[in-house]
Amino acid sequence: MGFAFGYPLVQVVRESFYAGSFDQPIWVGLDNYKGVIADPEFRQSLYNNLKLMLTVPIMLGLGLLIALVLNDRIRGMRQYQALVFLPYILPATAIGLAFSFLLQEQGVLNTFLRDVHLGFLAQDWIGSSTWSIVSVGGLVVWQQLGFAVVVFAAALLAIPPETAEAARIDGANWWQLQFRVLVPQIRPIIELLTVIQVITVLSWVFNYVYILTAGGPGYASSVMELYIWRSFSNGSDGTAASVAVMLLGMAGVLIGVSLWVRRRTSAGPA
Amino acid sequence: MTAAVGRRFVGVVSRHVFLILICLSVLYPLWFIVSTALKSNAAYQLDPTGFPTHPTLASLRTIVVDQPLPRWMWNSLLVTASSVGASTLMALLAAYAAVFGRFRGHKVFLSTSVALMVVPPVTLLVPMFVLMVNTGWINHLQSVIVFYTGLLVPFAVFFLTNFFRTVPQELIEAASVEGAKPFAVLRRIVLPMSGAAAFTLVVVQSIWVWNELLIALVFLQNDQARTLMAGLAQFQGRYSTNQPVILAGALLSILPVVVLYLSGQRFFVRGLTAGIGK
Repeated sequence: MGFAFGYPLVQVVRESFYAGSFDQPIWVGLDNYKGVIADPEFRQSLYNNLKLMLTVPIMLGLGLLIALVLNDRIRGMRQYQALVFLPYILPATAIGLAFSFLLQEQGVLNTFLRDVHLGFLAQDWIGSSTWSIVSVGGLVVWQQLGFAVVVFAAALLAIPPETAEAARIDGANWWQLQFRVLVPQIRPIIELLTVIQVITVLSWVFNYVYILTAGGPGYASSVMELYIWRSFSNGSDGTAASVAVMLLGMAGVLIGVSLWVRRRTSAGPA
Repeated sequence: MTAAVGRRFVGVVSRHVFLILICLSVLYPLWFIVSTALKSNAAYQLDPTGFPTHPTLASLRTIVVDQPLPRWMWNSLLVTASSVGASTLMALLAAYAAVFGRFRGHKVFLSTSVALMVVPPVTLLVPMFVLMVNTGWINHLQSVIVFYTGLLVPFAVFFLTNFFRTVPQELIEAASVEGAKPFAVLRRIVLPMSGAAAFTLVVVQSIWVWNELLIALVFLQNDQARTLMAGLAQFQGRYSTNQPVILAGALLSILPVVVLYLSGQRFFVRGLTAGIGK
């Protein structure tokens, strides 16, 4: 762990203050940071990471709903759950390739929309600067939804059945039972998963973006990881390192939050 | 009474409809990969979504014969086996020492592991690349193997520590009282009990390594050295006019994962949700 984390963590901070190639580094102080913050491409990347955070409530909301329906001991529950979980383990590279064909201007989705007379909804999902990041978000939700479902379903299963029984006898209807009785009981898990997913969309979406849009058109759908990769590929190691340090700082704050939530989760009454 | 039964029926049906819709949207892209991979390019151009009425293995044959794809698969296999093997072994010893040996600072060690689990690998990329250039390991598989191993250890330690905590301490103490050395205890008592947990860990980590793209892309830039994912990412440019061939490659990369999933689904779900705790 010291080798894989300790050395590069120290080194990345050091490199962020240097420019030039790594065999002849030149001390530039905070210039890398200043340059990055002034760069519209970086701002767009950061903004896109923030936009992707919108996928978190969508995914957790939908995941929770599916888990609640499954929790009614519905027939075939295990099979449904196994299927919904499947995308989560598949390589994002392969899935991204398939989605890039499905979402092309003349791709399957648009053809379908035109066939059902919803042609006005058809978009250039990958080539348009407005929609490309939305497509990335859609892919993230598609692949990670199953994770939320499984985690929530397991948490719901752990609630003693008497709780729901009591509420039913008191005359609660389905929605009341779910959202007044069951959901509040798994609140710690919801909070924890929220933090985990925020970290994910902040720092673990390179695959999706790289394969689906390559950050394009231009840098319209770039994210911080892609920005690091791009500046690094162009030989600007210092720039890449300074963005890495900023990303690390953001992740650090979230890690702090997650440890705090985790502690509360294990100490809490649930 | 009949009204209540009717309402119940509607409720059950609407739930199934909802779940089936979700499952269809999960399955459709996968079906798209399979059906396209079995079409000739001409048939695909004519009707991209249709059923493959004349299934052909031509696209699959193209990538297997014309491309270094078998080589990439072999590389991926090698990288996965060695990094998962190494990290599991290290984590096994570390977690064993932390739970039963309670060495000085084991609490700090464990909370460091938890914190490191969430460090984004992309932040470590630049210094690791520089290091690998200096050691001359770029374009050699050991560069990614070493990096992956390091990245996997924290989760493995976390996972195994949680499992070891469920092993009754009395068992260990009894064995030590009878004079068994720590390694003998590990081998004779702890390991035989950890079969399912270790298998879960190995499966989950293998999937992670098999699917990893960014590090492989940066460290392995030579066509012969690529892993399957890094190679697949090159397909986009190379075969931009022949989508069945690209998706045939995608299909081959998905297949091992799906087979593994179908054979040990319980292990997957348990392992991948382990980070969440109870």
